[in-house]
Amino acid sequence: MNFLLIIARRTFYAASLVLAVVVLNFLLIHLAPGDPAEVLAGEMGGATEEMLREIRAAYGLDKPLASQLVIYLKNVLLGDLGQSFYYNRPVADLILGRLGPTILLVLSALVLSVCVGTFLGVLASRKPDGFISALITILSLVGYSAPVFWTGIMLIIFFAWLIPIFPTSGMATFGATGGVLAQILDILHHLVLPALSLAFIYVAQYSRITRASMLEVLSADYIRTARAKGLPEKIVIYKHALRNALLPVLTLAGLQTGNLISGAVLVETVFNWPGLGTLAFDSILARDYPTVLGLLLISSVVVVFVNLLTDLCYRLADPRIKTSH
Amino acid sequence: MTQNISEHTVKPESPWKEAWKMFLRNKAAAVGLTVLITILLITALGPTLYGVDAYSMVAAPFTPPGADSNVILGTDFLGRDIAAGLIVGGRATLLVGGAAALITVIIGVLVGATAGFFGGNVDEILMRVTEFFQVLPALLFAMVLIALFSPSLLTITFAIGVVAWPQTARLTRAEFLKIKQLEYVTAARSIASTNGRIMWLVILPNALPPLIVSATLVVGVAILFEAGLSFLGMGDPNVMSWGLMIGANRPYILDAWWTVTFPGMCIFLTVLSVSLIGDGLNDAFNPKLRER
Repeated sequence: MNFLLIIARRTFYAASLVLAVVVLNFLLIHLAPGDPAEVLAGEMGGATEEMLREIRAAYGLDKPLASQLVIYLKNVLLGDLGQSFYYNRPVADLILGRLGPTILLVLSALVLSVCVGTFLGVLASRKPDGFISALITILSLVGYSAPVFWTGIMLIIFFAWLIPIFPTSGMATFGATGGVLAQILDILHHLVLPALSLAFIYVAQYSRITRASMLEVLSADYIRTARAKGLPEKIVIYKHALRNALLPVLTLAGLQTGNLISGAVLVETVFNWPGLGTLAFDSILARDYPTVLGLLLISSVVVVFVNLLTDLCYRLADPRIKTSH
Repeated sequence: MTQNISEHTVKPESPWKEAWKMFLRNKAAAVGLTVLITILLITALGPTLYGVDAYSMVAAPFTPPGADSNVILGTDFLGRDIAAGLIVGGRATLLVGGAAALITVIIGVLVGATAGFFGGNVDEILMRVTEFFQVLPALLFAMVLIALFSPSLLTITFAIGVVAWPQTARLTRAEFLKIKQLEYVTAARSIASTNGRIMWLVILPNALPPLIVSATLVVGVAILFEAGLSFLGMGDPNVMSWGLMIGANRPYILDAWWTVTFPGMCIFLTVLSVSLIGDGLNDAFNPKLRER
């Protein structure tokens, strides 16, 4: 099949998945017990019948559910995610304002875990029964079993209290002045502990999968050929073997996006990181439905988009499946 | 004479007994099982034996461990005994984790078995639904469900079950697809067995080994999920649980490390022992690894 056609089909399919997520959550929120108008009125203090009616009219809550849904979807297509009940600001603005810190946190955790994990995995595959292999097994058991929020708290206790070298919360020192460079360094200083706690679980997973994949690749004929040609071992390992062994790592990285978002909600809460996770936490507790819907929309878009991207990378990286279904 | 012969005949071992032996050969798995049973016993019997109320003030707030011999593990910000909290809190965590894992496995096996067995359009539709649930951000969706339908142990259990099943469904489907082509399934068809009989009495028992291993891991995931939700304050605020203890004491971590360290260790130990057991079951059920 034509490569472009595949992209088009996948994109269409991805969009319909996101649509389904939005519709389901919209219906769920509006059919669940509890009246959003009363929540809103509660925020303003007191709820007379007249006030409730006014609020319903202002937010379009008096219309039939189906037309509310159509209006919502239309607005979403135009980039309008509605008005937050709690923050009284457009949801799109709220989300955009918090997107940066979350992307910074999630991407650094991802890069950190993939790089360290792959490197450890390669080392382990050189000696399948050696020290590093054992270390990876232990690390992955610990990483899997420790709740991510607790890892974060333990890191705070160790590196912010016992040996106070990192800040405990936030993304920047309050009221800090200085040049751009100083500010960047300040943010990085705040980033270390949250990124480490989020990356910790995944380092072991990536190293495990790299090790297994490398062991398989290293026994392939073309590796023997490469060695027979007299190539230096470094080139054989990193150029011939690793490139082919990276495909499963790519798959795992794509599959993990959803989990990374879940992890980010917890880690952001622990470190008061001003991202989407803390926004989600606050808006769910405040029953701020437009914001909650917007967050569910944006995170499913991210997951779908990353899956799409992984799929395409996979096809580009491995010519054998380039045009298969 | 007859006695002699019977002594020398090799009795065929039941496959379950053989699997049990293999399981015990994995030392880590045996340790995991012991630790898990100990934890279960402590949470089940502990409150009657220990006798300190986990919800009432028994000493000065923030008493460090060891400072007062009445409260070995110290007290939290309300002066409540941490050790008593751990014993009682384990109940909610383990109960919700176990029940949620059960729901996850039931939904996953039902969906996966139906999709794999019938194939065609049924498979197509069910797999689309599965994919849909995989795209949904699990923790966020569970939080929304709980916020919408009041935070109670039951809601949390269902919320976890609803978001966690897709992986089990995929595994079950793959097993069913593989097994339904085997000869004994054709044989069952040839004697006019009903679809239900073939699915649940012929294929499912043969698909069980990998499903049991994955169900064990699901228990770990469900416990971590419950802990995360209670940590965020999405749990039942009136029921003590390990996650809730960490969440409630979070503002004071720099003053009282013990209030969050011990509950976290309990979660960690429980999930660790569950995953060690999963590893052991994998060895026990995977004939390829038996030779090692």
